[in-house]
Amino acid sequence: MYLLEQNAKAPALPPTEILVCYHCHDKCPDDKIVSADKHFCCEGCKMVYEILNTHDLCNYYNLDEQAGVSLRHKNSIPAFTYLDNAEIEAQLLEFKSPTAAKITFYLPQMHCISCVWLLEHLSKLDKGVTAARVNFLKKQVTVQYNPNETSLRNIAVLLSSIGYEPDIKLSNLTDSATTKQRRKLGAQIAVAGFAFGNIMLFSFPEYVGMDAQTYGSYARIFGYGSVILALPVLLYSAKDYFLSAWQGIKSKRLNIDIPLCLAFLALFLRSIWEIFTHTGAGYLDSFAGLTFLLLTGKWFQQTTWSRLSFERDYKSYFPIAAAVKKDGLEVAVPVHRLQANDIIIVRSQEIIPADGILTIGTADIDYSFVSGESEPVRVLPGEKIYAGGKQLGAAIEVTLVKSMEQSHLTRLWNNDVFEDKKGQTLSALADQAGLFFSWLVLALGALAALYWWGYKGDMHTAINAFTAIMIVVCPCTIALSIPFTLGNIIRIMGKRGFYLKNVEKVEALANFDAVVFDKTGTITQVHRHEIDFVGAALSPEQKIRIKSLANQSAHPLSRQLCVKLGDVPTAPVTNFEEFTGLGISGVVDGKKMWVGSADFVQADTDSSGHVYVREGAQILGYYEVRSIARTGLDRVFGYFRGLTRKRKPIPVFLVSGDRDKDAAMMQPYFGSEDTMLFRQGPQDKLNFVKNLQQKGRKVLMFGDGLNDAGALKQSDMGIVISEQSNNFTPACDAILDADKFDRLPQFIQLSKAGVRIVKQSYAVALLYNAIGISYAVSGTLSPLIAAILMPASSISMVLFGMGMGNWAARRYFR
Amino acid sequence: MHIIFFLIAVSLLVALGFLISFFWASRNGQFEDDCTPAMRMLFEEKDESEE
Repeated sequence: MYLLEQNAKAPALPPTEILVCYHCHDKCPDDKIVSADKHFCCEGCKMVYEILNTHDLCNYYNLDEQAGVSLRHKNSIPAFTYLDNAEIEAQLLEFKSPTAAKITFYLPQMHCISCVWLLEHLSKLDKGVTAARVNFLKKQVTVQYNPNETSLRNIAVLLSSIGYEPDIKLSNLTDSATTKQRRKLGAQIAVAGFAFGNIMLFSFPEYVGMDAQTYGSYARIFGYGSVILALPVLLYSAKDYFLSAWQGIKSKRLNIDIPLCLAFLALFLRSIWEIFTHTGAGYLDSFAGLTFLLLTGKWFQQTTWSRLSFERDYKSYFPIAAAVKKDGLEVAVPVHRLQANDIIIVRSQEIIPADGILTIGTADIDYSFVSGESEPVRVLPGEKIYAGGKQLGAAIEVTLVKSMEQSHLTRLWNNDVFEDKKGQTLSALADQAGLFFSWLVLALGALAALYWWGYKGDMHTAINAFTAIMIVVCPCTIALSIPFTLGNIIRIMGKRGFYLKNVEKVEALANFDAVVFDKTGTITQVHRHEIDFVGAALSPEQKIRIKSLANQSAHPLSRQLCVKLGDVPTAPVTNFEEFTGLGISGVVDGKKMWVGSADFVQADTDSSGHVYVREGAQILGYYEVRSIARTGLDRVFGYFRGLTRKRKPIPVFLVSGDRDKDAAMMQPYFGSEDTMLFRQGPQDKLNFVKNLQQKGRKVLMFGDGLNDAGALKQSDMGIVISEQSNNFTPACDAILDADKFDRLPQFIQLSKAGVRIVKQSYAVALLYNAIGISYAVSGTLSPLIAAILMPASSISMVLFGMGMGNWAARRYFR
Repeated sequence: MHIIFFLIAVSLLVALGFLISFFWASRNGQFEDDCTPAMRMLFEEKDESEE
């Protein structure tokens, strides 16, 4: 039915109406690209439709309106020749036997239910594929195939040809460690929960006050049963707390886990003693319940942003393989095998894997991720090219002078800041509170024991009181407050486009007293520029000619020019030529046009950032291209500089790798020239942050690329501003969606509120403990009171923390 | 009254069954992806019989 309707409608459209591509719903430039009465914006989209149509997969278009992925700006489908290399294949495959293989691809283009449907029907497009499963949140597809009938490369090419180009990186698929960890935590919670529920059942007679006469032998059996149930809780579920406490003792740092483990041990040992001497029922229900609650808190605070990664290093930015020229043939070689003197071929939009010297071709290298330089750099044969740059023009040949590991950029990763600092991840707030509680518990316990034993001479009550204090003044409320309160705040922020790595970072965000910005892509917008034409006003015909010409080129400036010219229609172009690094020329409507640099159009003036237009012998003028500051910059800077509220201003610095061409635009934000540094290399940025820290400052740093990765890692809180969180983001503590930048002051206020709530809940916890202590010091803590008081205080703490957090969020994000 | 104690023992066995099935499901990867199955169930598989 659906197809029939479409058939009847499509050809009847008059040419004045806007034609929409059947595949990607973009506007069609003309009505010339037609297949089966449907219009398409480009040959790429038409091809996808034809592939799907011949395989009876057009249901794709019915499931979701916006299904198709536009292929208009893709010049060619990558060949993936390196996937035929056995070594690379072996690294990527999860499983391989002679008849079956399994691979997981990351497909950044996946966006709707139609994508899932099409990708899971991949076997229709390639008979060698036996099964395909999609994980939508992770944007991954796991493909099983028969290596005799198809190959890894065929599948990758097929995926690309239908619009889902796989992003093949060696490092981003090794996230199984976190999955395993989370699974283990789940199992620990299950064991603790199971034991908790059943020990409570076993304690049921005790709760209702049945005495030993009625159920004497049962009491013993239930007691032993409880011990059997509690053992796996102590040995398996609570294991990590003991390990962490032991590490704390070894490194002589009192952390929150030490008083926690003291409470665990006191609970367990006293219960065992009571049960085996038949003097009581013990507190094993409280013990299992406490462990269960604590583990649940741990689970809650480990919010995972399945699509995001905070640990990416340069390896996930670099390609997997490079095309090396050997005896006149092109061979794919894994990048870590590249050596000095290898000759590699780098095509358009590919990244240079190692430092080298350009031998053939002219290169236009986009170093924006490496140096922060926003404009492509022209490189001539014989000149040096550095790793990390992206070639924008045609294919070039580069003779390597260094291997990847020794290249200028990658050497930065050998810096100490990138070494893992284990054991230092615990929250300062929890540690301080833990320290305080440890001493409080020990002091109170000792006092009570001294009173009963020394003063009254009653050793039995002395031991009772001492252990009861250890149990009651258990820091569980403290240990629960941070995971639940701050975990909740992380979730709230995540929903609003600000993704924090872990709960400790909420504290870091609440306490900073210096801010460092990197310019490119953080303060300025990456893909948007302000373009103004300077010169005599252009006639509509001239605009058509300029746009037609620019439309032929994939260069970033040409693309921006097309966007600027908006709805201007295009005309056919003949004799089109693109001169790498200079400009483009062609004949439109019988007039020869040049668009490009001053040299290219032979203008007398010379100025970078200008795109000149020449028609025939006349220079019409130039387009001036300027960076645009991010929206909300006023607000954010006003906040930091204490203008919005009566607060102490925080020093704000600019450390940019770019030249100072935008200094004038930045100056109003930063106040004075002194706080703005330009032409800073990656190491300079890192040193700058280190210097601030040595002066006792806590540094909040904003960055976006490889060039500031070291500084981000060194800073107390490194935030990456990302226009597309799927793209490369270096190692950092938080990722902020670019369009949420103006909300930054609210996010900071919310994290401050979070820390405040935690402190308040500590105060409430002290109050609760005072009640418990009054029972404990008198040596009259019954299991029933413990079983009620402890979960009640813990749960009320959780509710308090989360409720206050939600309330604060509602206030700040109204 | 003693029946309660018997029932407690039975309930322990039932709970043990659930614990084991949870372990099985977790190991089987059933908690890995809680989004895609919800989409998958909307697909109409009309074509399987034709092949």
